[in-house]
Amino acid sequence: MSTQSRTASRPGKPGPGAVPSDDVVGRPGRTKVRSGLRQRAELSLLLGPALVAFVGFVLAPIAVAIYYSVYKWNGFGPLTDFIGFDNYRRALSDPVFQHSIIHNLIIAGLSLVIQLPLSIGIALLLNRRIRGRTFLRLVVFAPYVLSSAVTAVMWSLMLQPDGFADQVLKSVGLGSLVQVWLGDLHVVLYTVFAVATWQYIGFGIVLLLAGLQGIPGELREAAALDGASPWQATRMVTLPLLGPTIRIWIFLSMIGSLQLFDLVWIMTGGGPANASSTMATYLIDKGFRSYEFGYGSAVAVILFLICFVFALLYQRFALRRDTQGALTRMVR
Amino acid sequence: MAATAAVRPKKVRHGGGQVSAPGSAIGNTLAYAVGVIIVVITVVPLLYVFLGGFRTTAQINEHPSGLPSPWVWTNYSDILSSASFWHFLLNSALIAITATALTVGLGAMAAFALSRYTFRGREVLYALFTIGLLFPLTVAALPLYLQLRRLGMLENMWGVAIPEAAFSLSITIVILRPFMRAVPAELEDAAVVDGTSRLGFFWRVLLPLSAPALTTVGILSFVTSWNFYILPLLVFNEQIHFTLPLGVATFQSQYSADTAKVFAFTGLSMVPTLFFFVIAQRRIIGGLTGAVKG
Repeated sequence: MSTQSRTASRPGKPGPGAVPSDDVVGRPGRTKVRSGLRQRAELSLLLGPALVAFVGFVLAPIAVAIYYSVYKWNGFGPLTDFIGFDNYRRALSDPVFQHSIIHNLIIAGLSLVIQLPLSIGIALLLNRRIRGRTFLRLVVFAPYVLSSAVTAVMWSLMLQPDGFADQVLKSVGLGSLVQVWLGDLHVVLYTVFAVATWQYIGFGIVLLLAGLQGIPGELREAAALDGASPWQATRMVTLPLLGPTIRIWIFLSMIGSLQLFDLVWIMTGGGPANASSTMATYLIDKGFRSYEFGYGSAVAVILFLICFVFALLYQRFALRRDTQGALTRMVR
Repeated sequence: MAATAAVRPKKVRHGGGQVSAPGSAIGNTLAYAVGVIIVVITVVPLLYVFLGGFRTTAQINEHPSGLPSPWVWTNYSDILSSASFWHFLLNSALIAITATALTVGLGAMAAFALSRYTFRGREVLYALFTIGLLFPLTVAALPLYLQLRRLGMLENMWGVAIPEAAFSLSITIVILRPFMRAVPAELEDAAVVDGTSRLGFFWRVLLPLSAPALTTVGILSFVTSWNFYILPLLVFNEQIHFTLPLGVATFQSQYSADTAKVFAFTGLSMVPTLFFFVIAQRRIIGGLTGAVKG
């Protein structure tokens, strides 16, 4: 089924042949020291560049952000104004930031309640032996490969008041649904969610389709022989077996919801009146528009912690059944 | 799991959900209906943008949902004969190619060391690399910007390409390590007996054998970089450095009065992406979904 199980099936043999093969060649003493040096040189050559890039551009920025976050700093000059946890206190008590977090949670919740069932339903339908299935897979996936910046521009063009979207709705008799899509405080977040769905749902559908194809048809046939209706077979056989794929979808979707930025930044800039701000737009807004880099760093650390805690909790409670332990397996 | 999915893609083609049950005629009808709806919802916005580029702003303002009448070519020809579109395209391509080469190159080397060498601290190093899976670049954008500024890497394509590659390293190593591990030790022994060094084995045997997994991570890295918005937004101020996504967003705000041009620019910026997607769809879909498939 997978490399993972293949690797697991030969557990006693963690790695390479070279260490044993040194023994096979059987030159003791000096050669062994030299091969130890040689191994070290090879390892530095192989791991060095990746480590430098990773530490320098992934780990160090976060570490440095923690340091900046306890200062009041406009981004220029030395850090002299130590203020302890004031930045954190200020962020957590800022209603705009609180609302941004809530907006992210609403998007995440809507994804679970709307996108997931929709994706599963469409995947189940497209998994039937219908003509044009390959073409449909292509079409449904296409928005996902577009840049979200381009998607955002495209939809803001169409969602202008009395623009294309409104005219289409009117022409099919749904004119009463027309809203000021990007300008109404109570609508804008849902508009953003709808555009995000347009862009990202295809990925989930194709992922679920791949999961469905991994489920042997015999299982459903057996259920049918036992008298299960197609719906029962779907509910009792297919969906449980789709569990691992669904859990991966949920994880990716939550991480995606937490980092939502491009669509919002371009379509609304977080507005009107912060009604569509997210944690990431808040972060960029504070850091770059107001030059509050100490404060922005504190917000970044909070964001990082939220992602980190979410990933660990999800790993602990939801993905555990699919994987054993390692942090890493969760994204696969 | 990307690796095997890519190696044996056709294994379970006739999978589940295809029992010919009594309800299946209704189900098929429903499936076709949903299929048509999907095509309409996906394709109409794209078509609308492309067609909008063939109209004038006056036409668009008068009938937002009309067809071009008469057809106007100047929007597209103006953009194609201006330098900025080609600059954006070239910048995007350079950055995406650099980021992909770095991701695949550094990732393969590190994954080789972490999968086929035995040394103290190996698992700790591996765990360190996987930390990158826990948070996306967007979250680290502001600290990253400060870091790049300190290193003097603003207004510089390396300031975008290297961090993108660094953030892609985690998933790359996670995908490549089990793949490289699964290559039988006997192959390596044979190579060593033939007098090849381990690096020679890596270069001549392991890399070619890992081609499917390398393709997966390469596609993942290229598409991610090509579409990336937030990092170029922070790193580049001068328009000459802009990438295509950044260029489109900027063009929209600069030419907001000339809607037709914005349509044309947006449409043109989608052409390379959609073109490559259509000609390499199987690999792209396989690469993007394969990278996360359990």
